[in-house]
Amino acid sequence: MAVAHTTVAPHQHVADKPLEYQNPVQSVKILGFWIFLATDMLLFGCLFATYLVLRTHTDGGPTPHDIFDVRGFTIETFVLLTSSFTGGMSTLAMRNGNKRQLLTWLIVTIALGLTFVGFEASEFVSDALRGATMQRSAFLSAFFTLVGTHGTHVSIGIIWMIVTAIQVAKKGINPISARKVFVVNLYWHFLDVVWVFIFTVVYLSGVVM
Amino acid sequence: MSTSTDKLTQGNGPSHAKHRSGQYVLGYLLSLVLTAISFALALTHAMHVAPLMIVMTILAGFQIVVQLFFFMHVTEGDGPPYHSLALILGLIFTFAIALMSVWIMGFGSQVS
Repeated sequence: MAVAHTTVAPHQHVADKPLEYQNPVQSVKILGFWIFLATDMLLFGCLFATYLVLRTHTDGGPTPHDIFDVRGFTIETFVLLTSSFTGGMSTLAMRNGNKRQLLTWLIVTIALGLTFVGFEASEFVSDALRGATMQRSAFLSAFFTLVGTHGTHVSIGIIWMIVTAIQVAKKGINPISARKVFVVNLYWHFLDVVWVFIFTVVYLSGVVM
Repeated sequence: MSTSTDKLTQGNGPSHAKHRSGQYVLGYLLSLVLTAISFALALTHAMHVAPLMIVMTILAGFQIVVQLFFFMHVTEGDGPPYHSLALILGLIFTFAIALMSVWIMGFGSQVS
């Protein structure tokens, strides 16, 4: 048995790789997506820098303490953390070749994503109705730009995930659809990390100060 | 002997479904615990602002590690880990931009 393994190992090499890495063209696309994530990090880095510099510039208008609703952002955080986990479960189902589980987890993740965007939209609307609009102060411009850019990313991720799910439903799990599932989930986990910094730097810091 | 080598070499195979989902559940629990600590520290005003910010930033850093290693399979790939280099560079640039902006702008205005 042990001898058989040593001789078979080189040939098993390709099959041992996860499905999304078995085709070199797909592997390169995954590498390219990691590089995109590194650049997207820079976009958020600039927006975080802007927010950190401008957050005290409220021009006599609403302060972070006035407009941040603890219950609202706690729910948003829990929903997004859970969706990152369910997205991970869809990658797992893809690797196990279980199409039904894969589609189920993708749909759960999409539903959680929609819930998150819904809560965020209602938060923005209630802020605006209380006079905390984007034009009111430098703090609010920076706040809506940073959190809104993240929300836009999540919305794009939802559409992307729906398209991926349709493709998996139609064509099944092959190296191409596997790569697409893997990449859309990389994006989703990345957005979860960005949200962790948003609730740390924006919401919790705003409530404390 | 042969069974132990089997276990080692089959680490990536689909036969280890249970082990794999355990990794995701652990990652989820870790991210929930780290988040709960951050929220608890901030909302109970347990610490002074400056040390609290440092602790919360470290906790957020741990969340990056959890997502990368438990969910994003950052250690896997085809060939050399070029994606890790891109990520490390991206992280350095990102933190440099954010922290140095705060530092420089702090000289001229009322950045807290």
